[in-house]
Amino acid sequence: MSGLNSGDKKLRNNALTIFSAAALAVCLWLAPTFIDAYKVRIINLIAINAILGLSLNLIYGMGGMFSLGHSGFMAIGAYVSAILIITPDQKQLMWILDPISPWVMNLQAPFLLSLIAAGVAAAFFGVLISIPVLRLGGDYLGIATLGFSEIIRILITNLTPITNGPLGLKGIPPHASLLMSYGCLAVMLLCVTRLMRSNFGNVVRAVRDDEVAAKTMGIDTFRIRVLVFTLGCFGGGVGGALMGNLITTIDPKMFMITQTYSLLMIVVVGGLGSMTGSVVGAILITTMLEWLRFVENPITIGSLNIPGIPGMRMVIFSVLLIAVIIFRREGIMGMREFSWGWLLRDAKKGGAK
Amino acid sequence: MDINMFMQHFINALGLGSLYGLIAIGYTMVYGILRLINFAHGDIFMLGAYFVFFATVQFKLPWMLGVAIAIIGTTLCGLLVDRIAYRPLRSAPRISALISAIGVSFFIENIAVVIFSGMPRPVVQPPLLMEAFSISGIRLVPLALMVPAISFMIVTALLWMIYRTKSGLAMRSISFDIETTRLMGVSVDRIIALTFAIGSALAAVAGIMWALRYPRVEPFMGIMPGFKAFIAAVFGGIGSIPGAMLGGLSLGFVEIMSVAFFPKLSGYRDAFAFLLLVVILLVKPTGLMGEKLEDKI
Repeated sequence: MSGLNSGDKKLRNNALTIFSAAALAVCLWLAPTFIDAYKVRIINLIAINAILGLSLNLIYGMGGMFSLGHSGFMAIGAYVSAILIITPDQKQLMWILDPISPWVMNLQAPFLLSLIAAGVAAAFFGVLISIPVLRLGGDYLGIATLGFSEIIRILITNLTPITNGPLGLKGIPPHASLLMSYGCLAVMLLCVTRLMRSNFGNVVRAVRDDEVAAKTMGIDTFRIRVLVFTLGCFGGGVGGALMGNLITTIDPKMFMITQTYSLLMIVVVGGLGSMTGSVVGAILITTMLEWLRFVENPITIGSLNIPGIPGMRMVIFSVLLIAVIIFRREGIMGMREFSWGWLLRDAKKGGAK
Repeated sequence: MDINMFMQHFINALGLGSLYGLIAIGYTMVYGILRLINFAHGDIFMLGAYFVFFATVQFKLPWMLGVAIAIIGTTLCGLLVDRIAYRPLRSAPRISALISAIGVSFFIENIAVVIFSGMPRPVVQPPLLMEAFSISGIRLVPLALMVPAISFMIVTALLWMIYRTKSGLAMRSISFDIETTRLMGVSVDRIIALTFAIGSALAAVAGIMWALRYPRVEPFMGIMPGFKAFIAAVFGGIGSIPGAMLGGLSLGFVEIMSVAFFPKLSGYRDAFAFLLLVVILLVKPTGLMGEKLEDKI
């Protein structure tokens, strides 16, 4: 591409991005008419997992803060959004353990607003938690955030008048269509890319790579870390809300630590600190987890009957996680990002051979 | 609450607390040496409970033999975990080992579902340990006294080992400076393996006594006690063995007494431990008896 100057390249890249986004949108719009509902659901789940993976990657990969609290922020987002969009009549029927508190009953908002509210609520708790906890470093931070997410889950289980306790919420309107999920993912990708390419991105990386050095350069490292953590929590809240809308029922058991582990897997397999990696990781891990369901179903090969083995799916999953961390610690993408220049350069190289 | 009731709760808390303490010692020893939170430790504890269940309930072996088999089996598992999942990562960033530990924990839980099935199974308690007797109006079973007694004996023996033997000296030296210790001719990997072996054996003892106290086993039974024991280790000061025991006992008392005095809060029982963790990390991150860990710049 030696013939193009940088302005032309930018134009070309933007054109390619817009074009492929439009093509993807058309595909997604057509998908439900051509593919069966189960596959549509998985494609949808990929987008939601990518959003969640990205938000965790923002905290861990880019901000360098080892957080194990993501399932807690997802839970907050999912509950806030669900409470806002379920109609009062439905709520009246659902709360059977304890009477519902009147203000929860009457809270109502349209879907998009509920998504934003979910993000804001998660971010609010993120700030609340991060200000004391981010003074800790490394694995202590992981344990403290894990503790917070457990506390959130226990609160949700026990605050029956607000959350309907262990029974959870059912019949959430399924607003998370394919276009909606991928739209959210696109917005998020755009925001994170812009952010990380700006000077703020440089500051964040500096804080991650060497906090002391960053401090001596006059950066308020604590503020930067709180800010990045909060942004990640916002993403976690939105992702949780979408997840609730896709599955249409939520309960506290959904947001156990295993949820965070699968997100961690997405981030680690994709590559810590790489946005492309998170998306690739989400595609791989989500499809793999679905595909692996076959080992838990009975299989018949000719006259041979192999009974399904419950739990096998997660065994394979965990072996994979250990193998990735031992043999390919940097994940698929490492810290690299996808770019049109990279793709076209490679294509040209391939052609020249 | 009358004094009898209180004593009942007191004994209960002592038992639960010393079990937390035993598990916490495994966390604190490994953390003291490798700066690694061994997430799989709670699951090693679960394996101990399962092994004793299989030996005594399924295969009807005598209790003493069953306990010995369970301890040896669990110790081997602990050694295997170190060899396969942690040793290749010794020179890697600490977070990598932590993720590997999470993977191992996940693996042990699910392989347990595959092999042992996910159904909770009842443990038959030996009748000898369950014959109730009463001391000045307090009804007790021998088991309730046995648990803290065995725990304290083990801690004493362990402290002797750490402060009076060569291996103990090597352990303390590794936790101080691993590279220099290697230069002094200590086989570091072997001492680390020994640490894992001791931690796993203690987890097995805790698992066996846990299975006797709460007579059932299931594959995910290690998660909560594991987390709580880790909290106990942090509370007592990570790296310190008496601290781990003290932390375990404190946690046991907080849990049992808060529910005893405020029965309405019983739903929040598990939250207390995590609250305690967050508070101690904020107020005194080194814990009650821990030494200050300095960041190297």
